[in-house]
Amino acid sequence: MTDLPLHRSSERPSRRFLSRLAAPFAGRWPVRIALAVVALLLVAAVAGPWISPHDPDAIDLTQRLRGADAVHWLGTDHLGRDILSRLIAGVRVSLGVVALTLALILVLGIVVGGASGFIGGRTDQLIMRVTDVFLTFPTLVLALFMIGMLGTGLVNVVIAIALSHWAWYARIVRGIVLSLRHRDYLLAARLAGASRLRIFAAHLLPATLSQLLVLATLDIGHMMLHVSGLSFLGLGVAPPTAEWGVMIGDARQFVWTAPLLIFWPGLALFVSVMAFNILGDALRDRLDPHLRADHCH
Amino acid sequence: MAGFILRRVLLLLPMLLGASLVVFLMLRLGPSDPAMDYLRLSKVPPTPQALEDARMMLGLDRPIMTQYLDWLGKAVRLDFGTSYATRRPVLPDLLHFLPATLQLAGVALALTIGLSVPLGIWAARYRERWPDHLVRLIAFIGVSMPNFWLGFLLVLLFSVHLGWLPAMGRGGLAHLVMPALAISFMSLAINARLLRASMLEAAGQPHVRYARLRGLPERRVEHAHVLRNAWLPVITAMGMHVGEMIGGTLIIESIFGWPGVGRYAVSAILNRDYPVIQCFTLAMVAIFMLCNLVVDIVYALADPRIRLSAEGVE
Repeated sequence: MTDLPLHRSSERPSRRFLSRLAAPFAGRWPVRIALAVVALLLVAAVAGPWISPHDPDAIDLTQRLRGADAVHWLGTDHLGRDILSRLIAGVRVSLGVVALTLALILVLGIVVGGASGFIGGRTDQLIMRVTDVFLTFPTLVLALFMIGMLGTGLVNVVIAIALSHWAWYARIVRGIVLSLRHRDYLLAARLAGASRLRIFAAHLLPATLSQLLVLATLDIGHMMLHVSGLSFLGLGVAPPTAEWGVMIGDARQFVWTAPLLIFWPGLALFVSVMAFNILGDALRDRLDPHLRADHCH
Repeated sequence: MAGFILRRVLLLLPMLLGASLVVFLMLRLGPSDPAMDYLRLSKVPPTPQALEDARMMLGLDRPIMTQYLDWLGKAVRLDFGTSYATRRPVLPDLLHFLPATLQLAGVALALTIGLSVPLGIWAARYRERWPDHLVRLIAFIGVSMPNFWLGFLLVLLFSVHLGWLPAMGRGGLAHLVMPALAISFMSLAINARLLRASMLEAAGQPHVRYARLRGLPERRVEHAHVLRNAWLPVITAMGMHVGEMIGGTLIIESIFGWPGVGRYAVSAILNRDYPVIQCFTLAMVAIFMLCNLVVDIVYALADPRIRLSAEGVE
């Protein structure tokens, strides 16, 4: 989405005010900020329990719905739990769910898509018909269906989101494998006596990785939104857990009295998703200029 | 053209069959036992005898393909079974809630098109100047904004602070504005950027330069030569946006107390009320497929190459 080189050449001294306001989003430093935000998120995910000022789950009904002060920097929720601590604890849940989901999707996508493209013939036909069916579902509807089948909870959310996204990845891996399978270097590898598995792992897989990396980074934000959306509806991560969607869902009854309860977790989610999107965009421009603006599902 | 549409409509049948088979198999081969859930929702203690009876009654003792064909036979006659929880037929209940959802999603779709097209054209016309940067900023915010959070922000601003718009319920136009905007924001942001990119690509084509050389007015070049080609990727992407919009509507309904299928579906999912989940999922898939059918037809109308090749004219 950002056209970095183009923007450079258009740098003019006589910029209007609005242009100056929006220009950072075309330049290079949003990428640096995004990297910093992601680094911060990773630190919060790993070191959460040590850096959070309070126990995120400690209920204290004498301290309900307090505003920001020196003890509770962002105030407390309706059960007197410290909001900042819960936001920090939420990073681990969000990133953890997304990491597990992506791992599952990548494995499924590489194995199924790779097998489909590499074996070809009837197997390929059958696998492609199955992915066709999965792609006829809107992703959130498919995720809702999976939750209905498996029940709510963290693990089931991972499975539901993975199963509603894997078909895209399988198709892309298959496409790359198909486009490469008749290259000379693969023939040479085969003549040299390499096994099929080795040819796949050593010669085809690396070619798919850069595209998969771009896609995965662009999807992280999308998946974080799905996880929180499901949790907000009460269908994802279960309530006492400090997850941003859960926090927003909990706070909805206080929209008139304590709107900041909704504001903070939403802002955390928004900023994180934006950071991953900017990063994914920059990666795409770097690694894969062909894959522009046509991946939206 | 009629042949193209007919073939495309006929293609819906195998697609729907495939989706229904996958949904059916996953529910039946999934980890939980429908008989158990049936008894739980009927508040009958799950004694071995009761489980056995429930299995017989629900037909779970028969081979799975027989069960599917049985279900399909009823579904064709629009009988999607009865809810375990309410003991009411599923389809009439779903159809009761569906119009509100369709209205909201439809308005959101109209808003997406109505706002993204002018924004995209504006950004392309003033490329690399402030309107373009502004649209880029909106796009970045749009793809990162949680729609349910945006819904709350709108409520905070327009209901709590300004008191201009009603925060809950379904009524006139005023009730539609905030939920529709919350649902469509992401799609309209993506769409505006897509239209801009595809307009700039089309503007570089030789026939556009030739049109300029002929001295056609800029507006006419944009309208007749650039936009006509630039539409095509945008139309294709619309199909995807409809999917996002269906999902977004289900979430946003719960914020604005919109009386659509969202709440019905969520309570069915929490209860594991299988007949409702099944019917709801297939209804959403069918709507998604129909919208994509419309998208394909519009695409064929907009692009003579598709239309003519579908009619066998080379």
